[in-house]
Amino acid sequence: MSTVVLLLITGVGLGAIYFLVASGLSLIYGLMGVLNFAHGVFLTFGAFLGWEVAARMGATTWAGFAASLLVGALAGAVFAALTERFLVQRLYERHIEQVLITVGLALAVVALFDGIWGTDARFISGPPWMSRTTTIAGANVPNDRFVAIVLAVVVLVAIVLFLQRTRYGMIIRAGVENRSMVTALGIDVRTAFTLIFTIGGAAAGLGGVLASHAFGYVSPMLGQTLLIFAFIVTVIGGLGSLTGAAIASVLVAVLQQFANYYWGYGDFAVVVLLAVVVLTRPSGLMGKKVTA
Amino acid sequence: MTDADIGTDRRRQAVRVLLPLGLVVLLACLPLLDISVPGILPGATYTPGTLHLLALAWVMAAVALSYHLLFGVAGLLSFGHALYFGLGAYGLGIVMRELQLGLVPAAVLTLVVAVVMSTVLGAVSLRVTGIPFAMVTLAFAQAAYVWVRRDPERVTGGEEGLRLPTEFVPGFLVGVADTRNLYWLALAVLVLAYLLTAWVQNSRAGHVAEAVRENELRVRVLGMQPVLVKLAIFVSASVIAAMVGMVHLLLNSGAVPHVMSAEFTISLLLMVVLGGVGSRWGAVAGAILYVLLNQRLTVLAGGAWVESLPAVLRIPLSEPLFILGTLFVLVVLFLPGGLAGTVARVTARSRDRRGDDGPDRRPHPPAAEEPEADDVPQRLEVT
Repeated sequence: MSTVVLLLITGVGLGAIYFLVASGLSLIYGLMGVLNFAHGVFLTFGAFLGWEVAARMGATTWAGFAASLLVGALAGAVFAALTERFLVQRLYERHIEQVLITVGLALAVVALFDGIWGTDARFISGPPWMSRTTTIAGANVPNDRFVAIVLAVVVLVAIVLFLQRTRYGMIIRAGVENRSMVTALGIDVRTAFTLIFTIGGAAAGLGGVLASHAFGYVSPMLGQTLLIFAFIVTVIGGLGSLTGAAIASVLVAVLQQFANYYWGYGDFAVVVLLAVVVLTRPSGLMGKKVTA
Repeated sequence: MTDADIGTDRRRQAVRVLLPLGLVVLLACLPLLDISVPGILPGATYTPGTLHLLALAWVMAAVALSYHLLFGVAGLLSFGHALYFGLGAYGLGIVMRELQLGLVPAAVLTLVVAVVMSTVLGAVSLRVTGIPFAMVTLAFAQAAYVWVRRDPERVTGGEEGLRLPTEFVPGFLVGVADTRNLYWLALAVLVLAYLLTAWVQNSRAGHVAEAVRENELRVRVLGMQPVLVKLAIFVSASVIAAMVGMVHLLLNSGAVPHVMSAEFTISLLLMVVLGGVGSRWGAVAGAILYVLLNQRLTVLAGGAWVESLPAVLRIPLSEPLFILGTLFVLVVLFLPGGLAGTVARVTARSRDRRGDDGPDRRPHPPAAEEPEADDVPQRLEVT
């Protein structure tokens, strides 16, 4: 019983990190049709800058941790906004070229991180409470998972509120639904593109800091590893669907934890799940019908 | 058409056959010659180091051609092509060692496995199109990559990679002294891959695949099955990749997990885009450029003069992938069509200028009558 509870909660914790990466990916794809290969780079950049700030302010203090979260999110947001403004937007409407440019950017920037911070993983520490465990139903759950879950829920609620209650949120939702109609109404959707990249980048940067605490290290490949799972999550959840991404993140991560524990092949279980979803529901759990 | 026109066409056709033939003969003679190209090749052409580098370039060009078939012809943006290359490399080694088979039967068996696997996985992946297709192929390849790296069955050698079981390989393909045999093998596989790619591209399936890339709905309305055609292209490209992967195993006397990674597929994508999407010789040129640049930049990064630069310049210059990635971004932004597209533009412009006062001026714009119309770079579109 305690094992099941432990696997379940750590699974949801991992799902929270997947969601932070996948939410931005899914929204970007839904609105712009761009598969953003540079999303992992936003995450890694956030994680590294967060780590640098925490190291300077005292990695074991709560102030340092809070600052690292803030700086991580900010770093991801700025990097993403610049990417969109100066690279992706230049290739307006040419989706394959946009994908290619994010691929090239990811390649170059990961190599640059290698040069700056070295290829070896840097082990990190947070406030002492984070590395302790809390006992729930007999299971000793690491506390950092709770932080990840709470923050992911906050991000989810914030994005939903933004999409539902603000004017820009409305434009983005309408754009995902039918972009040409929004353009025809005389609304410049390009601001919405930059905005959605910024939000996605901030979520990814935050996810980067949390992931580095959950895994205990930060390395230039951190984002690329998570990115592949985030891709799987977005396909399973349905491209362009935020709720789908949230459900699929938890589903994928919990399945991965259980399969890893009982069978040893968590990554395969995830790929099998992907194959099943693609075979039975090609548009994903919550996705609109994929036509192109 | 006038007699002069027919004459030029015939001459052009002869050039199209003789030029590549002459080039292949020249390249085949390289191991017997003593040519030094300072700055590009590490040594004279008969030295094993240079031959190995060139052989690697031919192998990568061959696998880039198979990727061209997928991406350039059928418009299928796959991020999992490394799976089939790795299948060839690892598969051949494992089959030889575990089943105690000789090189040729093991190669045939590996190709059969590649056909079955690409058919099954292709059929699943092609349920979705466009970007979701890219992600699904990526996921399959990633699963294989993780399997090869973790090595749960103790067959792939894990992180260290698989060593070529030399006892099953004919003696003339093993050892540094025999690098020239491996060089010829690599050149042969490049020529074979080129001919196979051209054959598939010019077959009925190839033409339908190109039509599907442009307008899938219309092909379906005409009563054809786009999915079957795309599957045929997917399987052909995968089998060519597996074949090249086997040569890669022999050339490097082993296989490392990198050949199955997403980074490997991305490097193929890089080569094809650098060379010009949709162009066969562009894919070859892009691959050769990539391999040589990668090698030269690594040498450059280790040079003493880089060490003496300030950190702002030293760090980017010491990372070959940073330079290659940046180059790729610049090509996508400013040189759509890559190398082949640029060459086509330049020749078209000069032909235009000549045509203005020449006697054989044609009524149509020259682009419409390009003899190699099946081999010009197209605008990127994915169905």
